[in-house]
This record gives sequence, C-alpha cells and structure tokens, in this order.
Amino acid sequence: MASEEVVLLDCWASMFGMRVRIALAKKGVHYECIEQNLAHKSPLLLEMNPIHKKVPVLIHNNKPICESLVIVQYIDEVWNDKAPLMPSDAYQRAQARFWADFIDKKVYDAAWKIWRTKGEEQEGAKKDLIENLKVLENELGDKTYFGGETFGFLDVALVTYYSWFYTLEKLGNLSIEAECPKLIAWAKRCLQIESVSKSLPDSKKVLDFVLGLKQRMGI
Amino acid sequence: MGDQEVKLFSLWASPFGKRVEIALKIKGIKYEYFEEDLSNKSSELLKYNPVHKKLPVLLHNGKPVCESLVILEYIDETWKSERSLLPEDPYARAMARFWAKFIDDKCIAAMWGARKNSEGQEEGIEELTEHLKTLENELKGKKFFGGDEIGLVDITADLIALWLGVLLELKGIELLTKEKFPRLCEWIDDYLDHQIIKETLPDRETYRDFLLKAKF
Repeated sequence: MASEEVVLLDCWASMFGMRVRIALAKKGVHYECIEQNLAHKSPLLLEMNPIHKKVPVLIHNNKPICESLVIVQYIDEVWNDKAPLMPSDAYQRAQARFWADFIDKKVYDAAWKIWRTKGEEQEGAKKDLIENLKVLENELGDKTYFGGETFGFLDVALVTYYSWFYTLEKLGNLSIEAECPKLIAWAKRCLQIESVSKSLPDSKKVLDFVLGLKQRMGI
Repeated sequence: MGDQEVKLFSLWASPFGKRVEIALKIKGIKYEYFEEDLSNKSSELLKYNPVHKKLPVLLHNGKPVCESLVILEYIDETWKSERSLLPEDPYARAMARFWAKFIDDKCIAAMWGARKNSEGQEEGIEELTEHLKTLENELKGKKFFGGDEIGLVDITADLIALWLGVLLELKGIELLTKEKFPRLCEWIDDYLDHQIIKETLPDRETYRDFLLKAKF
C-alpha cells in the first residue's frame, strides 16, 4: 500500500468532499487535493467523472471513484490497517448505510431548499430539516458517536453537514441547537477529533460562499 | 447460517422488492414472504420501517433491514458462503455500488419524467435516452454488468429489464430498441432468460395489466 498515488478533486465548501477528506485523514493517507471551480469544470473533472461531472472524485493510481459514500467505503476497504470506519457487524453496517442514505435524501433535500427558496417553500423545508434532524438525534440516543464508542462511517456522513448549519440558520432564521441540542453536542464532540476539525471549513466562510453563489444565481 | 428466520415484506409488483427476492434465491436462503397492501399498511410494516413506511423490509431473526440496496449488501455479507453478489476487489466493489446508485438515482427519476403526459415528457425521454446510452456503454465486453454472472448491478437493474419496457410500451414510446441499444437489449434477453430471474419476476403481461388498471 506504500507508494500510491492518491488525488482528490474537490471543492472546499462541499459537504460531500469533506467526508472524503475526513476518511483520508483518519487513515493517514497522503494525497494531493486539486480544488475545482464548479462554475468552470476542468477537463480533468469531466474526464474522471463524465457521468455526474461532480465532486468529490478520488483518483487512486489513476482510477477514479465517484460518489462520496462509495468513496468512503472504498477508502475503508483499501486502507484497512487502521481506524475502521464501517462497523464490523453486518447488521450494524446495514444500519449505517440506511441512515447515510436517509441523510442524503431527507436532510440534503431540506437543506438545499432552505438556502435556495423563500416564503412558504422555505418554511416547509425548515420544518422538514428539524424533523429529520430529530429523527437522527433519536437514532444517536445516548451514544457518544453514531458508531457507538468510536467515530465511524455514519458520523463521517453527517458531521460534514454541521459546517453548513450556520448558513442554514442565518438564511432560514432558525436555531438548530435549540431544536436538536444533543445533535449539536455530538457534532462538537466530533470536532474534537483532529481528522474532523482539519477537514471542515470555517462555518462563516461557508455562509460567505453561499451568499456569493446566491448573488451569482440571482436568488 | 442454516436455521435462521428470514421474512420478507414486499409487493409482487415492486422492482425493489423483487431485487431482494432475486438475491435471496441466488443465495439459496429460505424465507417467508408477506404480501403487503399499500392502501392498508400492516402493523408489522409500520413497526419495522417507521422511518419510510415503505417496502421491501427484510426481517432477519426479528431485526429489520430497509432500503433494497442496503438489504442486498446485507444479504451478501451475512450469507458469505454462497455465491457473491459483489466482487471481492475494492475497486470493482466501488464500481458496482456506483452503478447501482446511478440506476436508482438517475434512471428512476428519468423514468418518472418519461411517464408524464405533457411537456415534461420530452425532457424525460431525452434524459432517459442519455442514461440508457451510459448503461449501453458500461455493458460493452461483458455479458452482465457483473461480468459472467449476474451481480448487484444486474439485480438493481431489474427495473430496466422489465418495468421500463412495459412502461414505454404503454406510453407508446419507441426507445428501448435493438437498433438504438443493441447491448442493452441483449442484456435484457439474457437477464430475463436467467433461471432465477424467470422464477422471480412477474410475468410481463400480468404486470402490463396491473399498470393499465392502475391508470399509470
């Protein structure tokens, strides 16, 4: 596993890209990150992800892997000598995959609408976001992490959304901490882990980025 | 792994449910089947899938697993001694997961688009055509998406093999033809001819009648 070429095509504000960065950091993998401009997609990105033309893309020894949760599982399987991310039990793995799918369908959808819409549509999205975060908070229960005692796959999948919470709160005029205090406490625990804190951008920078995006999109 | 209680809550007309049945049969796993009525969801369904209240749900020794692709991987990992649904190699596994997700995220959305009766339909058909071309390309040099044997992606693509053809026929859309998609059509023939697939998927006519009645 020693001399391997690992390249990550990413965008610093992408919550999906952050997942890959956390996984690589946890495994101690050295890689080159090539920041992408999604408004002007590079030939490399289009070549490596011709189907979706999105980030993140992990290129391992010139072979591309796309879709963040697919990439994280790949990283876990290849660099399996340390910091296992997936649970060892098959049923727990199924639960982790189920909830990661829930996050990307339900939480993502609601978050997307909060920063892109207003009025009634936004209000509906705010309600959905809190409802779905509460479901996740319930799933966390009294555990330290979603993975139990150890930070794992599902923690990786959700914690990256935390960097967007400030943006959603400001644009949506809501307080996620007031509604989901245990979830925020969990996120702060995750941020104590170096691989996480160094992979997540500053929340205020994300807000500036989104405000810039909205301006360019005229919304 | 022998004496384990395996139950499946599903719908005969659901491609998602059929995926799980195909996987269970490939692995030779005995299971008890419960047909659900969506207009009158059973208390078991609501208990075992409180989050989505959807089918299929696999119950293994009383513990529920939901979402068809999650169930497929669970089956593959739990009954390891039988034939594998996913490849051993991590890169090949990643590719299988990628393609399964592509089918579920992109192809289904496009199928819904093509189903529309008005303006949305043309856009839906265009999108669907693009995705079918992508799948056609992916099949080059292989009998099945999984190689020589059907695997996770082939199982996931059950809706391309059966449901899509019936839908297009009912809508009078001539898209899935041998001229336009020779490899894909060949794959469909081989797939539907596979012993386990033949045993598991509903009869095309039965499904067609079901869709007509449902005023699809």
